[in-house]
Amino acid sequence: MAIEYLGLSEINGPLVVLEGVKDAAYEEIVEFHGDDGKTRIGRITEIYEDKAVIQVFEGTDDMSLGNTHTRLTGHPMEIGLSEDILGRTFNGIGEPIDGLGEIIPEVSLNINGLPLNPVSREYPRNYINTGISAIDGLTTLIRGQKLPIFSGNGLPHDKLAAQIVRQASLGSGTDEQFAIVFAAMGVKYDVAEFFRRTFEDSGASDHVVMFLNLANDPVVERLLTPKIALTAAEYLAFEKGMHILVILTDITSYCEAMREVSSSKGEIPSRKGYPGYLYSELATLYERAGIVKGSTGSVTQIPILTMPNDDITHPIPDLTGYITEGQIVLDRVLHGQGVYPPINVLPSLSRLMKDGIGEGFTREDHQGIANQLFSCYARVGDARALASVIGEDELSPLDKQYLAFGKAFEEEFVGQLETENRSIKETLDKGWSLLHLLPREELDRVDTKILDKYYGTEQKDSEGA
Amino acid sequence: MSRTGRIYGVNGPVIYVKDDPGLKIAEMVFAGPERLVGEVIGLKKGLTTVQVYEETTGLKPGETVEGTGAPISVLLGPGILNNIFDGVERPLSEIALKSGKYITRGVSVDSLDTEKKWPVHITVKPGDKVSAGTIIAETQETRSILHKSMVPPDYPECTVKSAAADGNYNVLEPLVVLTMPDGSERSVSLSQKWPIRIPRPTRQRYPASIPLITGQRILDTLFPIAKGGTACIPGGFGTGKTMNQHQIAKWSDADIIIYIGCGERGNEMTQVLEDFGKLSDPKTGNLMMERTSLIANTSNMPVAAREASIYTGITLAEYYRDMGYDVAIMADSTSRWAEALRELSGRLEEMPAEEGFPAYLASRLSAFYERAGMMQNLNGTEGSVSIIGAVSPQGGDFSEPVTQNTKRFVRCFWGLDKTLAYARHFPAIHWLTSYSEYLEDLSPWYRTHVSPRFVTDRTRIMAILNQESSLMEIVKLIGSDVLPDDQKLTLEIARVIRLGFLQQNAFHAEDTCVPMDKQFRMMETILYLNERCRDLIVRGMPMSILKENDIFERVIAIKYDVPNDRPELFDQYQKDIDAFYDDVLARNG
Repeated sequence: MAIEYLGLSEINGPLVVLEGVKDAAYEEIVEFHGDDGKTRIGRITEIYEDKAVIQVFEGTDDMSLGNTHTRLTGHPMEIGLSEDILGRTFNGIGEPIDGLGEIIPEVSLNINGLPLNPVSREYPRNYINTGISAIDGLTTLIRGQKLPIFSGNGLPHDKLAAQIVRQASLGSGTDEQFAIVFAAMGVKYDVAEFFRRTFEDSGASDHVVMFLNLANDPVVERLLTPKIALTAAEYLAFEKGMHILVILTDITSYCEAMREVSSSKGEIPSRKGYPGYLYSELATLYERAGIVKGSTGSVTQIPILTMPNDDITHPIPDLTGYITEGQIVLDRVLHGQGVYPPINVLPSLSRLMKDGIGEGFTREDHQGIANQLFSCYARVGDARALASVIGEDELSPLDKQYLAFGKAFEEEFVGQLETENRSIKETLDKGWSLLHLLPREELDRVDTKILDKYYGTEQKDSEGA
Repeated sequence: MSRTGRIYGVNGPVIYVKDDPGLKIAEMVFAGPERLVGEVIGLKKGLTTVQVYEETTGLKPGETVEGTGAPISVLLGPGILNNIFDGVERPLSEIALKSGKYITRGVSVDSLDTEKKWPVHITVKPGDKVSAGTIIAETQETRSILHKSMVPPDYPECTVKSAAADGNYNVLEPLVVLTMPDGSERSVSLSQKWPIRIPRPTRQRYPASIPLITGQRILDTLFPIAKGGTACIPGGFGTGKTMNQHQIAKWSDADIIIYIGCGERGNEMTQVLEDFGKLSDPKTGNLMMERTSLIANTSNMPVAAREASIYTGITLAEYYRDMGYDVAIMADSTSRWAEALRELSGRLEEMPAEEGFPAYLASRLSAFYERAGMMQNLNGTEGSVSIIGAVSPQGGDFSEPVTQNTKRFVRCFWGLDKTLAYARHFPAIHWLTSYSEYLEDLSPWYRTHVSPRFVTDRTRIMAILNQESSLMEIVKLIGSDVLPDDQKLTLEIARVIRLGFLQQNAFHAEDTCVPMDKQFRMMETILYLNERCRDLIVRGMPMSILKENDIFERVIAIKYDVPNDRPELFDQYQKDIDAFYDDVLARNG
């Protein structure tokens, strides 16, 4: 359809209003040609009879009411994909920015995706060894899971994500095809550069697809970036049978962009000014992880979000936690103490862990020791609170043992080097050796048989004596 | 006559129709060339508002909207059980056959398999007087459930003119022809339609008197729910709402489970499908799926259908109740449903009340929970619908509108606690914030069916837990060493109760579901231990000496060490406690 409309009737922030259009469809993509020679892309977000409200991705700077030509494309936002996207870098709306030219698309896919039928899903069970004790031992990552990192500004979430990428998929010498899809939404240039370098250093660049919307790129564009990235991920996973790890950073910027657009549309705000559909929007991103029956590939998501003011009850982490299958929470106090990775294990959780560990997957004692470590570490918090009131010296001997356990747990179990890749056996054995700091009768979460086998019996002898 | 209008505007799941095609409020419509399912939610002169249950991408002004003349309804008949539907009762496995791994738009599939022939036994003969609810035919729907087809509830009293012979029929074939009082004739088949937003009528409501036994100790013993009762499970993310719902769905003694996954994770629904297709239910020994129907509207499926899914689920439940079954509904999570209301309300630019939720949130919630109850049905049978709704309060804060409003309309409150969940104490239901108003109503049942001592034992357990909580206030300030011995004992017994009784391991073959008798005997054993220890303390034995014995740990381990079917082992524990008592006295007396 080559009909072009000349002129707009309103420009308001990222939104423009076009009147007198015929045959425009909801969510249709339109192209604008301004008198400055630039081409912009927009999406119809509301439509009333012959009046369309269009959201312009590149921003409306330099646009004028009179001299803009608008053309309807006749289809919703699509991206052309082929296997050649591996190793390439794109901007936030899927245009190549690495100077290597256009992709010759094999298929063109709607970036909004479609909901996966629960009947067609396969329940994820294969665990991914990340080599990080706090994750492998206590919040195990499962292939096909969506496990976000809840962080704060200034915390080393990027370093952690990079380490997971290095050790999880790249380190292992399996013949299964893997690839990484990296989507940056409103992140600083340095962060994008850090990831690019990490991928290069680990020799994985040709297995990485990068979609970059940096902090100074148009705000509205980043509403598309994760959708484009996930469309690429789904294509590689379910059409090409690859195992895809998707890193999305920073979800907070994505939500901020949504709020900005929503408010300029004059929508009724719900919590903290975010639109009422924030949950649905986030869900359409996160739910695009998983494994499909009859396909060898998988999409695993590690979204990173910085909690505003470190507040886990803020709408963004809150709604995310309700959709994702667990979360890894970073903690400023641990970071201050020099523990890397500063994972606060108590609020961290992996929902799929229970079915992907234990005999046949990791080791029979895994669930038991994980529960025991959680339970004991929760006790450490009580002991510390008490010590801050009455002083450490006044504590009972048992509470003192808990304090010692807590310190060792943070330093030796959670803490590890950035380059350290621990096997699951090392992780679990380290857990048991830490539990030796506590008397056996305190270990009430583990089956007696497992306790006899792994905790050892020397304690029992002393009991009998 | 089909009444059609033209689309005027599109805004997300809400579309506006220009001019007045004569559509009715709550009428089901088809929109656009793909015939997307929608419902009329607002009428103004010259402007009709429709919410669409599918993605509206690509809809254009000028396209047609066609009325169906009937409100959004579900088809009720055999084939509901052992099946999984979306929010408007479309079978997901059929959708998968038609459109592959993704759910595409405008897929038109029958709610129930219309080809399948069911072996039917007709239970009426010509000349019989029948009325609304009369059972006219029976068919074995699954190995667990006998499906009873009834005269629809809106029929007057009438006479059977003719009845088909026993044989194999599909859900649409007419089986019985009825002569109405006015002389007209209507036929009834295995299936019937019912609008989801209207409760199916009943004759009478009974007070709660029988508990829904779930096999979960903290629920059955401390905070029981009645058959026909309502409960809510609020909790922040990761506190185990879904896990608790799964456990109740698996082990409760309801005849039928309707599990509504409303705006939750896709993988969770897949897990329920897999698990329930493998596990056998404790009552009949058949597969759990044979007594279960799943409604899955995952968080990324269209928001309007999420709003409808709750009503679809409860209508299915009421239908089975009318046959005389006890039905339990798991609604996971009602917050997502409330958020769907909020989202749609925002799109309609309605005046928001608290936290952006519409002002009618409370009335919608109460209307939903009031559809639960133990009923005498129109045909004289008795059946019940129990509702267990999960609530996902934002930020885990129970003061938000959905939790607060739900609390007003349910009688059981199972509050999940973040600190318990962090310490991996599961189920993380907190014994101090939770309550059950059914306790009084159900006490007679517990006295006659479990033990006359049950209710007093339960009160004593709660008292110990309450004492522990006030003692912990002191311990937090000065440590436990300075407490007198009798208080130390209270702490120790409370620990035994928490670890040995309240904590329950869903992954342990024996512990995942515990019969009432064992629950009672565990309580008795713990209280007996308490009694004997208290006696020792009174005789001047310090707590440190008592703790030298491993009896406390052994009582905690009862849940694993005593198999569910061997209650006689409890006698040994009583003897062991006596031996421990004598031993302490002999050595230190």
